This record gives sequence, structure tokens and C-alpha cells, in this order.
Amino acid sequence: MSLDIRSWGVREIFNFLLITILALVPVYSWMSGNTFIITLVTRALVYAIAAMSLNLIMGYGGLVSFGHAMFLGIGGYAAGIMAFHGNTNGLLQFPLAFFVAGLFAMIIGALSLRTRGVYFIMITLAFAQMVYFAGVGLEAYGADDGMTLSRRSRLGPIDLADRNQLYLFCLAVLLFTVWMMGRIVNSRFGMVLRGAKSNETRMLALGFPVFRYRLAAFTMAGAWCGIAGALMANQAAFVSPAMMHWVQSGDLIVIVVMGGINSLFGPVYGALAFIIVEHQLSVWLKDTWQLVFGPMIVLLALFARNGLDDLFKLMGGRKDGRDG
Amino acid sequence: MADALLETKSLFKRFGGLVATDNLTIAIRPGEIHALIGPNGAGKSTAVAQLSGQLAPTAGHILFEGRDITRMRMPTRARLGIARSFQITSVLKDFTTLDNVALSVQAHQGHSFRFWKNARKDPTLRDPASLLLNELGLGPRADVITAELSHGEQRQLEIAMALAGDPRVLLLDEPMAGMGPEESTQMVTFLKNLKGSRAMLLVEHDMDAVFALADRITVLVYGRAIATGTPEEIRANAEVRDAYLGADDMVA
Repeated sequence: MSLDIRSWGVREIFNFLLITILALVPVYSWMSGNTFIITLVTRALVYAIAAMSLNLIMGYGGLVSFGHAMFLGIGGYAAGIMAFHGNTNGLLQFPLAFFVAGLFAMIIGALSLRTRGVYFIMITLAFAQMVYFAGVGLEAYGADDGMTLSRRSRLGPIDLADRNQLYLFCLAVLLFTVWMMGRIVNSRFGMVLRGAKSNETRMLALGFPVFRYRLAAFTMAGAWCGIAGALMANQAAFVSPAMMHWVQSGDLIVIVVMGGINSLFGPVYGALAFIIVEHQLSVWLKDTWQLVFGPMIVLLALFARNGLDDLFKLMGGRKDGRDG
Repeated sequence: MADALLETKSLFKRFGGLVATDNLTIAIRPGEIHALIGPNGAGKSTAVAQLSGQLAPTAGHILFEGRDITRMRMPTRARLGIARSFQITSVLKDFTTLDNVALSVQAHQGHSFRFWKNARKDPTLRDPASLLLNELGLGPRADVITAELSHGEQRQLEIAMALAGDPRVLLLDEPMAGMGPEESTQMVTFLKNLKGSRAMLLVEHDMDAVFALADRITVLVYGRAIATGTPEEIRANAEVRDAYLGADDMVA
């Protein structure tokens, strides 16, 4: 997003409004006494960070991973297990979540990226299931019931046990993620990743060893999702294998598609829409909410292939379609 | 004559029972345009695919500057200086013309594990790419998404992408495919201007173009080279005449 307001289109104005609204959520919560909204939006922010990491490989790399939630789980467990053993220093927990998730991603990516298309979807799903059942097998850490975190993380002066501090910390991580992803996808590395999505053979013929770049992207996406996982553990004060269930991976894909593939802010809109609609429907319809939510997703897939991107285009504001 | 820049030694490629490349030994010398002609299904594109590293040969060797590159992968060969264009246009369709060429420039500037600087604002990528597009007459189309280029323009872009890395050898797989007569003439002029500066393997059906450009010609029939020689020698070769060139073609 350019800082020159005169160059803004509809998309930039919406992004600006979105950030403003997100920044005002704690103020509203404080004034209205509604603490639930801050919990709900925190959850959406965490999903947005996870979905943005998926968007790097899926939206920009064309690699549909159906196992991305495993890195949420790995990051969550990294933080949770440390907390279980009495270490709640976030300055250690978050880097650990980052590196462990990244290590898993590197190994799993090295094997999965040898396949294409549907096979890639299936193999990432298979690895995620393996990690899921490994989580179920962690008897010491609650097995399939998971475990409650006795204490949330502290990062220097920041205490994530405080609802508002947790919210603002998630928002800061989210904004940093948007900025960082913006740099990455427009860098030389990003151009290679996007070029390989467009025409792999051509990129190979030009002299790019595509596999290496994809593996790097897969590793980065996994590591960053590990951060989201550690945040999720803090948000819920709880980790369980359910964090990396395949349905969770599917939700992340839906969030990315809803927000508009190939758009930096897309996953943020997608996550907010997903979490809020999911919540409201379950309030109104109780157990049957998925009967409505499912068809909504189908309609979206049929009529708004590019998610909110289509909406911005309709409003005539497509200034820099591919990169915004 | 100088030593071969890129050569094959007894190259074989079998697809099941089909022998697409049958004991092929050709040599592309520095600076020459070596044309590879033959009827449909003669194995011309298969030969290009093996030279570029897209296909692995069943047997035989490929040498580049005397070095065995038979097992070398396509990206490594490209960085060594073996560039190719595709018979069926293969460009990055959702990128601009300039992006396409800039990526080709980027491929030859070391690794791309550079995550921070905006590649679209990097003059070391954009300037050489712009220059090349201007030389090719594609300058005014630099910022157009390539899917919207005309067929002829896309064919030119193919060549531009191959040239952007300043290759030692150009493998051109039917550069005139699907072009109108005017565009073809332009392409012939363009390739003529390139002549001497780098070696080229030219696969082409347009015999006017082949005889206008080639220093030497190899005729491929059923994967086997039945003759290699100067255009005059090929024109006079009775076997070639029987196997491939119709009497009408010879007038060219």
C-alpha cells in the first residue's frame, strides 16, 4: 500500500479502514464492556496470520497444501510443551515454535514437492494426519484431550495473559506479516515463486531450479504458521490435536479463497468473514449452522472465484490487482 | 573449422517401441546457424528437448564445449548458456512482457534467494530487459500482460526470453510457427542480424527461412540424420530429395 493517498483505489481505502477498525476494537470493547468481541477478533487475527502463511505457497506459489494446519499444531505444541515444563518466556517459545514448525516443513516439503496437483494435496494431507496422530499419541501432554496452558506467554514487558495486550500483539504480528509478505512476493524470490505457478517448464528452461525455491517458500510458510500456532495456544490457553485436524487445514484454504487468492490482505478479510459468520450462524442456528455455511462456501466458489478481489473489481478500484 | 560448441554423440531416445532419436550425431559450431529439418514426426523437437535437458536420452552423449552434460538438468544447462524457445509458445501468461524478459535476465544473475528488494523496481533487471525489447521492436508492448499479445508478438517474446540471458547457443524450435508472411520475414531479418554472435540450432518447416539463414543443414528422417551439409549440398542431395524435399520446395 502506497503512502500517497492520492494514488489509492477502493482496495487501499478498504484496507486502511480495516486496519483502523481493527485498531479500535480494544477501545470499543473497553467502552462497551463487551469483552467477547475482543476474544472473537483475536481468534480471527490468528487465523489471518496462518492463512497468510498458506497464501504464500497456495496463492503465490500455486501449491495447494491440504495439511497446513499441522504447522499450527506444531507451533502450538512447541509453546504449550514449554509452558507445561514451566517456561512461559515468549521470547523463547515463539522462536522455538518458528524453528520446529520450519524444520517439519522443510522435511515434509522436500518429500511432498516432488509431486504435483492432486498428488500434492493428498501427500500433504497424509503428512498432516501423521502429525495429528502423533499429537494424539502424546500421552504426557494430554493425548487427544490436549492440555490447558497453566500460564500464557510473557514477552519482555508484554504479558499475553492480558486480553488487550494479546489482541494488540496479534494485530502487530498481523501487520508485520502483511508487510513482510508484501516484500517477499515482490522480491526476486517472489517473482520466481509466482513464475513457477504460471509456467513451471518455462521457468526451468530459463534456468531456475524451481524445486529449491518452492521448498524455501514451503519452509517459510510452515515456520510462520508455527508463530500463528503459538499465538493460537495463547489465545485459547489450550492446545490439542484438533488444532491440526484436516478440517482445520480445509478452513485455512477456504479463508484464503474467500479473501481472494493473490491478494496480500485477502486472508485478513477471509479470516474475519469466516470467524464472524461461523460464530453468528452458530449462535442463530445452533447445531445446524454448517448446513447454511457449507452452501455459502459452494456459492462463493462458483460465483466469486477470486473472493473479495471480485468485489473490489466490481467497485472499480482495481489499481494493482495482482499485488495489493 | 572450429571445434563444436554443442554436439551429440550416438544419441538414442526410445519411447517404447518408437525410436524418436536414432544414432544422432550432430555438431553445432560456434557462430553458425545449424538447421534441423525433416518431415513431421522426424524427431526434431525430441532432439531439442534432449539438448536442452527437458528429456533424458536413452543412450549416447551430449557435449557442451567438450564437457559431458548428458545428465545435467535443464536449469543448470540454461545457466551454462544453452537457451531455448518452444514450438508451442511458452511464456508466463499472467505477467507483463517486460516481467517475462526481466525474469530471464534474473535467471542469469546468480541465485534468487533475495527476499527484500522489489524486483520490478530493480534497474539491473528492468534496464537490460527494456533494452532488448526495444531492439526487438516490442518496446511499446512492454507493459502489456502477455496473454493479450498477438501470436506473432508472443513468438518474438519467446526469442527475447531466450536471448535475455546472453546464451552461447540458441535452440529455436520453429520460431516462425503460425506466423504470417510479413512476421516471418521480420523474424528472418532479425535472426540474420544475430548471426555470428552466437550459435543457433534452428528447427523450422519454412524452407525459405531455412535456406536463407542456415550455414549447415541436417536432415532428419525417422529420428536418423540422413544428411548434413551446406544448403547447396543438401539441395543437391538425391537421398534428401527422395525422402523429404518435394521438387517444388527445391525451387526455394
